[in-house]
Amino acid sequence: MAAEPDRLIVSYAPHLRSSDSIEKVMYTVAAALLPATAASIYYFGLRALFVTIVAVLSSVLFEFLMNKIRRREHLTCFDGSAVVTGLLLALNIPASLPYGMVILGSFIAIVITKELFGGLGYNPFNPVLVGRVFLLISFPVAMTHWPAPHVVDMVTAASPLGILKTDGVAAVSNLSFWQLFFGEIAGSMGETSSLAILLGAIVLFFRGYITLTIPLAFIGTTAMFTGIFYIADPARYASPLFHLMTGGLLLGAFFMATDWVTSPMTRRGQIIFGCGCGFLTGLIRLFGGYPEGVAFSILIMNAFVPLLDRWDLLSLKSKREVA
Amino acid sequence: MRTFNQGGVHPPEYKLTADLAIERMPTPARLVILLSQHLGKPAKPIVGKGDKVKKGQLIGAADGFISSNIHAATSGTVHSLEERWPAPTGQYAPAIVIESDGTETWADGLNIDEEKPLELSREEKLKRISDAGIVGMGGAGFPTHVKLNPPKDKTIDTFILNGAECEPFLTPDYRLMLERPAEILKGLEIAASLFSKDTKIYIGIEENKPEAVKAMEKAAQGGPFTVVSLKTKYPQGCEKQLINTITGRTMKEGQLPFDVGALVHNVATMFALYEAVAKKRPLVERVLTLSGMEVKNRKNLIVTVGSLVKDVIEHTGGTTTEINQVIIGGPMMGKAQYTCDVPVTKTTSGILLINNTEIDSLRERPCVRCGKCISACPQGRQPWLLADLGQQRRLGDMPGCGLMDCMECGSCTYVCPARRNIVQWIKYGKAVNAARKR
Ligand code: SF4
Ligand code: SF4
Repeated sequence: MAAEPDRLIVSYAPHLRSSDSIEKVMYTVAAALLPATAASIYYFGLRALFVTIVAVLSSVLFEFLMNKIRRREHLTCFDGSAVVTGLLLALNIPASLPYGMVILGSFIAIVITKELFGGLGYNPFNPVLVGRVFLLISFPVAMTHWPAPHVVDMVTAASPLGILKTDGVAAVSNLSFWQLFFGEIAGSMGETSSLAILLGAIVLFFRGYITLTIPLAFIGTTAMFTGIFYIADPARYASPLFHLMTGGLLLGAFFMATDWVTSPMTRRGQIIFGCGCGFLTGLIRLFGGYPEGVAFSILIMNAFVPLLDRWDLLSLKSKREVA
Repeated sequence: MRTFNQGGVHPPEYKLTADLAIERMPTPARLVILLSQHLGKPAKPIVGKGDKVKKGQLIGAADGFISSNIHAATSGTVHSLEERWPAPTGQYAPAIVIESDGTETWADGLNIDEEKPLELSREEKLKRISDAGIVGMGGAGFPTHVKLNPPKDKTIDTFILNGAECEPFLTPDYRLMLERPAEILKGLEIAASLFSKDTKIYIGIEENKPEAVKAMEKAAQGGPFTVVSLKTKYPQGCEKQLINTITGRTMKEGQLPFDVGALVHNVATMFALYEAVAKKRPLVERVLTLSGMEVKNRKNLIVTVGSLVKDVIEHTGGTTTEINQVIIGGPMMGKAQYTCDVPVTKTTSGILLINNTEIDSLRERPCVRCGKCISACPQGRQPWLLADLGQQRRLGDMPGCGLMDCMECGSCTYVCPARRNIVQWIKYGKAVNAARKR
């Protein structure tokens, strides 16, 4: 070729960018969720697969429609965030939930919670959790009847936390640690297998997409809170280990409390955020009206995020002021 | 391993030219010498069209306190004086065009051999540095004689040679350290001799350049130097980060290095300073790296100041495939050029020829609040906020959020998954705020 190129593009420095993009991050998160999805299909059968497909497709479709309505020049529905929302939503509901309700959940998550606030990056609340809580409040019966694992005709059973709430500690004492760890319990699709969730979390951690600050603060606080009561009265309260392995605690701590958009950006805020989530979860589980409190507590703490970020900004300002 | 206290990123290094010895590129037939190759006011031309000039002759005189002399880089005739010539900064600058006569005859009294440059008087040393038009050759081009003459009330106790060269691709300083360690150290000693005797002299080199560490350690034996190897992390070679790494001191917003008692000098500058004081050679040539993935013959070259970028590309045989970007400087802080007619200046440390295939897909997305830019910022700032304020045109609020503390290192933009042009918004904010003040 000629020594001198004739068409040059002027662009801003830096001319090197890291390979992380929203697409790459989101599809990695989606991949990290696959073990949990696979586990739910293993335990709850094909119906779980269909629920997942319906949730993902409807999420992407709703985002596509919103893109069109908002006349976006560039479509955002394929950037992977809607896929993650769909996958997470599926993991947050019982495999027996009617498809109509699943689609309604996607609508609440994508349209109401995310797009109406401005789309990815602008939503103050975690879309998946708003979807879940909306369904839980609207359809309490359907949302709390969990299919028992490995049962073909969808016999429903109460989740361990539900049994704990209604029947006390003695009723759950037959569940072994390994049963809880591998997920052989009734529950929403992805909350059951701790192993599958941890596998995904490890991937995200090593890619640098989540830090451990929030999950550790979250889980640690719940363990401490429930531990204190367990030590005080083991006959009435379940052990902290039981609390860690049941419900959506691990899924919530590693995949939803760490959502970039709805969690604080700096370390101090993240610690407070995580501890707040953990404390509220313990409080709701032991004394609240619902057996499970992860979704509520994360949503409540989401509301504090702007405040926590603001605090960091102010202290940063005073720290670097010229002497 | 020592490094600075916060932030930083690890871009790929791409030091493709590290093993190539420095070669000399012949002076092209026509040179375009910019009168503004430094920070501060452009120099005033003191020659006219048709004048005969000799190599090293003063053709542009420093104008004011912060300015620098400009010299003819070869012998020949002044072809013309240009008002506007494209400069690597992206703006225009006045320039003097010289037709070379091919003899490279030095002007009288220059290119001598001083026996004992260290024993010259302080005034004489400073005069030779200022006469030779030495400026910081790492990028900013701050006049060196001004830097070496800080206000009287500041005490300097630390002298640092910046051998970090943290920009990907660039290797001129590395090659100089391997090939000319003795001269660099002499230059450093001359510069340090302007200050009190107990000024500590450090040589900071990133640990990914063990050869350079070895070469400098060998040359430094018995001298008043301490060689420090630094952790490889961008932007280790920025002044503030280097000072923090070596002395532990932090510069507050608005402070200059001498406020914390330290001065940082670039390797190439010290080499040029040595030549200025010991040989009375003005700064008319420099070492630069020509690199890029698509370049046929990557090289470390001594190039005469005023050679055009297209001359350099021609000399090395061009590229293997079509390229779409020419960048002067490194890929993190360098400037993309719109023409190959820009000349090499005193601060041109590299020319990169790049085929950027990503460029069309770099669409800015909204901030997803990942916090990566905050943990990457070596200045402990919140870059996303500055970008937000810029995008919302709330430019007046930017200085209150640390606008002036940012040194435009690009770490935040490098890591941002939403591909926001954070540095661009910051530069925009700085420009508008500066204009408003006037
Ligand atoms: S460019 Fe400025 S804001 Fe961005 S990382 Fe560098 S110093 Fe911080
Ligand atoms: S790196 Fe980009 S997306 Fe992440 S917080 Fe900073 S500006 Fe926002």
